[in-house]
Amino acid sequence: MNKERYELNKDLAKMLKGGVIMDVTTPEQAKIAEAAGACAVMALERIPADIRAAGGVSRMSDPSMIKAIQAAVSIPVMAKVRIGHFVEAQILEAIEIDYIDESEVLSPADDIHHIDKTVFNVPFVCGAKDLGEALRRINEGAAMIRTKGEPGTGDIIQAVRHMRMIQSEIRKITSLREDELYEAAKTLQVPFDLIKYVHHNGKLPVVNFAAGGIATPADAALMMQLGAEGVFVGSGIFKSGNPAQRAEAIVKAVANYNDPKILASLSEGLGEAMVGINEQEIQLLMAERGK
Amino acid sequence: MRIGVLAVQGAFIEHRQMLDKLKIDNFEIRQLSDLSGQIDGIILPGGESTVMGRLLKDLNLYEPIYQLIKNHLPVYGTCAGAILLAKTIINDSHTWFQTMNITVRRNAYGRQLGSFKIVAPFKDHGNVPMVFIRAPRIENLGRSVIILSSHDGYATAAREANMLVTSFHPEVTDDLTIHQYFVDMCKENMKKEKLN
Repeated sequence: MNKERYELNKDLAKMLKGGVIMDVTTPEQAKIAEAAGACAVMALERIPADIRAAGGVSRMSDPSMIKAIQAAVSIPVMAKVRIGHFVEAQILEAIEIDYIDESEVLSPADDIHHIDKTVFNVPFVCGAKDLGEALRRINEGAAMIRTKGEPGTGDIIQAVRHMRMIQSEIRKITSLREDELYEAAKTLQVPFDLIKYVHHNGKLPVVNFAAGGIATPADAALMMQLGAEGVFVGSGIFKSGNPAQRAEAIVKAVANYNDPKILASLSEGLGEAMVGINEQEIQLLMAERGK
Repeated sequence: MRIGVLAVQGAFIEHRQMLDKLKIDNFEIRQLSDLSGQIDGIILPGGESTVMGRLLKDLNLYEPIYQLIKNHLPVYGTCAGAILLAKTIINDSHTWFQTMNITVRRNAYGRQLGSFKIVAPFKDHGNVPMVFIRAPRIENLGRSVIILSSHDGYATAAREANMLVTSFHPEVTDDLTIHQYFVDMCKENMKKEKLN
């Protein structure tokens, strides 16, 4: 990927800001998501809650299923590949996916290496729990970052932890003396240039979304107030009682995340939220996949 | 001068940063109350037109902004913003303000792999970097629409009276030409209003 292509890919993420990216498993769901105001959809065979319930190895979705979703909507379509599985990524690039999520939600294909995203033309989004992880993914070519909140649980605690961690580490880097940045790069195990960027700009060099465990308009607004530039909602929508209504409410909550009056009216009468599992009750921490 | 940037979704911060660089006072339009102060121009940013159009209606912003545009307030739509202003959208059952005599095709250059950057002349202001992200194409223009730049036989920037559109994104580059052009449109309009 040349530098210009990387800039174009980062620019697409900028156009998604302030928006909600929704997990969908069928063209019908994709249409519901688009009509509700999703700025993009994530096409996958099973939503994370079902992946968690089913167990076993979870892989890239069937390209024919992704193509059917691409045909159903006009907004960007993303899809997931296993961590390190660069051939799955080649396949998604061949069907002209708009964004690849190298995702811990699927079973990792490589427990050491992530995909070298710099050799692709198609953009990648990757998960990160802290600043070091975010900058390592960016160094590998990720054009967008998201938190690695625990998918399929409806529990927001991990996304909050990751977003707070990333933001507080950014604030720390900005407060350092120039000559302390070398040590920071060493500690975080990231290239010096990226640390320098964070030091000068007080932000990541790419767009940063929240993902994992977002189930209500209040969850989405919480992540925005903590510094997310947009949100991914996975199981939270299509595992709830009234998906279309909940999807719309979350879209509006992200657009007006700082207005408690609007948030109050959006939170009314949404029906049942996804049941959810608490962090302590789950056996598999997907966020621990890939460092 | 005070310019409002629609901020319900998309790359609105980038537009504000461009206006900051030009030392133009600017603010975000997220809800009805934001329209109550002085307003000398509106920018409709890039993002997803389906999302912005929907939120404009749901947040009761559609009608008042429509009236402002009808009453000759200068408005600049980039990419999705241009789609919001277009009279006709070839491949979408939705239309939004429909105030500008242009026909657009959404995602005309294909998916993200079709996104591209060029450097091309903008009116008589010399070469300007133009970034097209899943861009629409302006396929037809009414007689009163002036072409300001073009690529491959299609207009990429156009103006009709108080309305300016670009199918590309100047706000993700360092070049202030297009924003300066829009600020000048706002200045002209303010002078005209004073005379009346």
